[in-house]
This record gives sequence, structure tokens and C-alpha cells, in this order.
Amino acid sequence: MGMIKKPDGVSIVGNPACGDIMKFYIKVDRKKGEEYIKDVKFQTLGCGAAIATSSIMTVIVKGKSLGFAKKISKTLIIDALGGLPQSKIHCSVLADKGLKMAIEDYCRRRK
Amino acid sequence: MKNIYLDNAATTRVAPEVLNVMIPYFIKIYGNPSEYHKMGMDSRKAIEEARGKIAGFLGTKAETIIFTSCATESINLSHKGLIEAMGNKFPRKVRPHIITSSVEHKAVLETCHSLERKGKASITYLPVDRFGRVEVESVEQAVSRDTVLISIMYVNNEVGTIQPINEIGQLVQRLNQNRKNPVYYHTDATQALGFLDCNVDNLGVDLLSFTGHKINAPKGIGVLYIREGVEIKRQIDGGNQEKRLRAGTENTPYIVGLAKAVELVNIRKNNKVRKLTSFRNILIKELLKIPGVKLTGDPEKRVPHIVSVIVNGVEGEGAVLYLSELGIYASSGSACTSTDLAASHVLTAMGYSESESHGSIRFSMCDKTKKQDINYLVSEFPKVVEKLRKMNPIYNEK
Repeated sequence: MGMIKKPDGVSIVGNPACGDIMKFYIKVDRKKGEEYIKDVKFQTLGCGAAIATSSIMTVIVKGKSLGFAKKISKTLIIDALGGLPQSKIHCSVLADKGLKMAIEDYCRRRK
Repeated sequence: MKNIYLDNAATTRVAPEVLNVMIPYFIKIYGNPSEYHKMGMDSRKAIEEARGKIAGFLGTKAETIIFTSCATESINLSHKGLIEAMGNKFPRKVRPHIITSSVEHKAVLETCHSLERKGKASITYLPVDRFGRVEVESVEQAVSRDTVLISIMYVNNEVGTIQPINEIGQLVQRLNQNRKNPVYYHTDATQALGFLDCNVDNLGVDLLSFTGHKINAPKGIGVLYIREGVEIKRQIDGGNQEKRLRAGTENTPYIVGLAKAVELVNIRKNNKVRKLTSFRNILIKELLKIPGVKLTGDPEKRVPHIVSVIVNGVEGEGAVLYLSELGIYASSGSACTSTDLAASHVLTAMGYSESESHGSIRFSMCDKTKKQDINYLVSEFPKVVEKLRKMNPIYNEK
């Protein structure tokens, strides 16, 4: 949880359904020719599930390759948390979207 | 681990005195009250004694009290039962008209929606001011020739605002002097019972509902008061129980327990009002010291046990969860806490935006709340707020 001072990619996503907002910061580096997420932080305004999904997302992707991170689905997030009630599934969708948008932001900046 | 329960507006513990009077009716005096043997008659006697006690508390006769399973059921019975009893009194294209408020409990709102959907009634949902109060003038303006029922809650459960029930009662009396078909008047007194005058003649009501589980009786028992002469048709069909107004074998232990709970309300009311009013005022004063915290509901005409606030930059459920870890149990009207993800309809009707409602938190006390509980809440809450604000991506941008 927190901010990264000079992030390589940032995203902010919101859910109009219930007003949750998630912000992701990523720092990307290269190792053996492959890009990976060196550091990742989140900030969230939202319910317990919103905080949990965004938090677990950062745990899942830290140190992993961009390729891996791009393939993450909401199912992986839900499983990592041991399940989510039906009304909170949308939080996992938002966390997934948020992280992917941060990666897209990084790719856009690189060009 | 601390255990500070501040969600008494949602439900309360069963008082030991209530539980104790109930037990014999589970294991010893358990006959069906409709049977004529001793076991049945003893059960019947206990029910009628309980009915008398509750009637006395409301300032009415025993025959006007019907037992249900909860306030929601009482409201369904009252509103649907009244409309059904009207039957053919209305010409075919005209529907009976009901006036209620936009901040009612869902039991009232959904019952009205249901009657509307089925074409059985037309409904006016009165707006409220920013404190959640209904204006008596707006009630009067909404009354038409076809109005049959006005239903306004005594105390709002989310923000604690007290509605002008006496004044509306006087209005109804005045209106009925010049009307062919009278307007009936209902209030739900669930949040008021422990604190305010509930004498049905003082209030001027024809129908009054309340539930036991907010006054230290168990969940599963409620009351509907029906003034003599008011006709309603039963909604649960079956045996002839409750003067053919509500079928189903009577729940003797719960009825006995409810009467005890009402008795305790009577005994403890003055002290409770005094103590909780003082705690409430301290809590409000301390919470408002935190920047970005606003009180919701009427600052003056509010019930002693409810303190409801909105906290800028904090989401209600998140706060409730962090408080819960500290052993403080409160609730929130934020969209995240509702199953349909909609912001509190009460806060919305009062003019709060969705993002403001997001940060709503409610603390509601009971007679067992201690001064040190309030002190602990006051010391911990700012830390919870700070923690959540640090996690908020847009709060830090300000």
C-alpha cells in the first residue's frame, strides 16, 4: 500500500456501481531481457473487498514478468483471496482492470 | 478483546430478564393457546396478559393489539390490509391514495411499491429537508379526495431524526372533520419506543407498528396496533388466530418476552434518555473535531441513541471493518454495504451525493453502553480515519 515516487506506469480506475476507486503504481525493470514488475503499490478508496482485491493483486504481480501480469484474470484474484461473495466480484474485475491499465500506461510511455 | 456493540439500531441483545420469562413457555407451559385443556389455557392466559401490558404501554385496550413476527410484517398487514378492506369503496378507475415519505424504512417503501405496481394504490413519496424531516405543510398539500392513508416513521433509523408525528396527527384529525372518507394515519415506532412518548391518542395514530428486537426482545416478534373501528383484511390466511387478522399458532414465549421487554422500556426510559443523550452529545462533539466529518440528521430533533456521520475521504464499509477489528461494532449506509450497491436512499433523499453517502457511518447505543466505550471510540476513530485516508488515492491529491 502506498505510492511510488517516480512510477513507470500509473492507472486510476473507478467503479460507478458503488464508488470504489483504485490507483496502481508500477516500476518496471529488465532481467535477462525480459520486462518484469520490480515494484507495485496500490491506493484504494472502497470497501473491504476493494482493498483486499487491489492489495492481493500487488502481491500476485510483484516480481513477475509483464507477460504473466497481462494474463491475470479476476478468477486468479478471487482464488487468491479464497473466494468473494457475489456482490463483491466487481471489485476483483476493477483490480484486474487497474493493473492492466498501469501496464498499458508504461507501454505508452516507452514509445 | 474489546466488545463494544454500537449497532443497536440494527438489533439489540435479548435482555436476561426477557429470556428468563420466556423459558417456561418453551419447556413447561407450551400448549397451543387455541386448545381448551390446562396447558392450552395457561398459554392463552400468558398471551392475553402480555397483550394487556403492551396495550397499557401504548395507552390503548388489549383488543387493539395484534402480534406479528416483526415490524415488516406489521407494516405489510397494515397497508395491504387497509387497501384490501377498502375493496369496492372506490370507483373502478380511481385508486386509493397513500402518502408516505422518501426516507421510510424499506418495509414501508417496498410495501407501497408493491401496491403501486399491482395497481391497487397510488403513492406520494414526500421529499424531506436536509435533516431528513418531513414538513407538515407538505403532507397537507399532498392530501387529496382519494387519500386513505398517511404513513410516516416516528424516528428515522439511519440518521435518528424525529418526525413531527404529533403535528401530523393533529392535521389528520382536522382533515377528518370535513371528509366523507377518513384518512388513516400510521407510524412505525420501532426506533422511538425506547425513548419517546408512544401513547396512540397523544400521537393521533390509527395504526402503529414496532418490532421487539430493537428493544431487547428476540428477533421474530412484532406488534400492530389497530384503532377500534379501523378495518383491515388479513394477509396471512389460515386459522382464526388474532381475531382472524393474522393466522398462525401464536408464539407464546416470544409474546411473553416482548411484554417483559416493553415493561423494561417503561422502567428504564428516563435514565436511558438522560444517559444516552449525554453520551450522544459528547460523541457528536468529539467526532466533529475530526476534519471532514459531518453530522447527518437533525442536530436537535434527534433520538438519543443514534449518531450518524459522513466522513470525507473514507468509505463506510472499510471503516466498519477496521473498527470491528478493534472490537467496535458500527454500521454504514455506503453503497458497498448494500446488496444492490445503491447508496442509502435516506441520505440521497436528504440531498447527499453518492460520494458523500460513501463515507456514512452510524453508531447506535443502548442502556449498557458505558462512558469508557465512548472514550475508546473517540480515541480510536481518528486513527481509523487517518489510515483509510492514507489509502485513498484521491484524498491525498487535495
